[in-house]
Amino acid sequence: MTELSVPQPALAGNSAPPAEARSLRLPTQWLGVAPFFLFVLLFLILPTLYLVVGAFQTADGTFTLENLAALAQPSIRAAYWISIKVSVASALLGALVGLAIAIAIVRGGLPTWTRSATLTFSGVASQFAGIPLAFAFLATLGRLGLVTVLLNTAFGFNIYAHGFNILSFWGLTLTYLYFQIPLMVVIITPAIDGIRKEWGEAASTLGATQWQYWRMVVIPVIWPSFLGTVILLFANAFGAIATAYALTGSSLNIVPILLYAQIRGDVLHNANLGYAIAFGMIFITGLANIFYIWFRVRSERWLK
Amino acid sequence: MRSSRLWAWLTFAVGAACFFIPLLATLEFSMRMRRGTYSFDAYKVVFGDPRFQATFSYSVVAAIMTIILGILIVVPAAYWIRLRLPQLRPIVEFITLLPLVIPAIVIVFGYIRMYGSSSPLPLLASSRSTDLLLVIGYATLALPYMYRAVDTGLRTIDVRTLTEAAQILGAGWSTIIVRVILPNVLIAVLSGAFLTFAIVIGEFTMASLLNRPAFGPYLQNIGANRAYEPAALAVIAFAITWGCMSVIQLLSRFAPRSSNRPN
Repeated sequence: MTELSVPQPALAGNSAPPAEARSLRLPTQWLGVAPFFLFVLLFLILPTLYLVVGAFQTADGTFTLENLAALAQPSIRAAYWISIKVSVASALLGALVGLAIAIAIVRGGLPTWTRSATLTFSGVASQFAGIPLAFAFLATLGRLGLVTVLLNTAFGFNIYAHGFNILSFWGLTLTYLYFQIPLMVVIITPAIDGIRKEWGEAASTLGATQWQYWRMVVIPVIWPSFLGTVILLFANAFGAIATAYALTGSSLNIVPILLYAQIRGDVLHNANLGYAIAFGMIFITGLANIFYIWFRVRSERWLK
Repeated sequence: MRSSRLWAWLTFAVGAACFFIPLLATLEFSMRMRRGTYSFDAYKVVFGDPRFQATFSYSVVAAIMTIILGILIVVPAAYWIRLRLPQLRPIVEFITLLPLVIPAIVIVFGYIRMYGSSSPLPLLASSRSTDLLLVIGYATLALPYMYRAVDTGLRTIDVRTLTEAAQILGAGWSTIIVRVILPNVLIAVLSGAFLTFAIVIGEFTMASLLNRPAFGPYLQNIGANRAYEPAALAVIAFAITWGCMSVIQLLSRFAPRSSNRPN
């Protein structure tokens, strides 16, 4: 009897009758997650909202749409345009090459070490971004880079004389591919794994050719995860600044670099226009992520 | 069949080449400092630079603080949501994805405008509190990775039974979290921690805009002013990333694979 009564107080908080306990327990229920929500509110949601609200205000606080309209001025519009171009190009190319590599290691009949080696390396390379990545590409494809020099001495082909420049749209896109392709491999490999061998056997039993099997089974199954990942890669490239900044300084005018200059020194001479640029970035990546979640939900039913 | 295997080998080889050539080129470039011969001079210069030592150790300390802050915020919340508030899961998952949606530069822009010296919470007023704000910003950036790692870890243990068993033995909430839950998800927490480290160590945007003497801004400064040292630094940074990812891989071998109760 005495032995049983010892744990009683500890249990009481847990198994009280539900009806009366609910009103009493509500504050403690929420106490466990309160630090998390407080942190997120103070350091993620409110700072973002501050900028979003500021984007719709004039300097003295009245509501306006002028800041958003000012985004259409040529220099800012050009910045958004080149950002979108670099992000789309690196996302699409990265996704296609990454998909080919993922299919090769999962379905290509290669020895198993190729798969684990590729996945390990992709895990590393997808995190290798920022300033060091810019240094690596300057050392590879810069004017004195190894590949540039080798192509010039071995084949007499000077890529810089033929219009290539690492400090350009294609230079930046190529550099972004170094983390976009591995990221694609890491994300899409589970989806390729989800294609069962039985489906191929079923298709060939029913007399499907290889092409029909791909067109009517494989592509429809991986299509949502493919599109979803493309969007994720897009958002990933769109918000990145460090690589571009270290690579090109401010010679390539992408949105994050414009915003960086604005935060540092108010180059646009209008604080609220800065908020509008930030709002534009959130709007584009937010839109991209809504599509991502939508595709993700559609793709998950095949991966069970 | 033969032709498809050839195609697969070809894809694999091209992929491997694309990823190793920049690394080899960087390594080669970093050893070109002494004219006419390969040497490790650039590395000597880098390691001997007092600014390298100062900024690198600053960033290591910031990364460790970030990891501690991340654990303090994420572990209790993820545990509590699994145990008592499963209806909050979709909301919290959405919130933890937000740092992937809102670019770092926008988040730090918000900090600069909200926490200036005339605001109710003047975190930018002194350099100590700006350090704190930087760590907070890093913890925000790492939130998606930390939450996912911890949540995956919690999925493999039976949270409810462990909690009830601990309660029966008279443990309080802090004892349960620190001595029952945390050891069980330690491997997941550690892999989140190493990923956080890899992200934070060379971070540029936040550190630069908050004017902190971190490794990222130092890298940028060297890149703008020197020829061979940046390549050496890139090799070092790659080695650090590689190290962190290897540790995560190694840890995943020790992680429990299946759940004893499907969630």
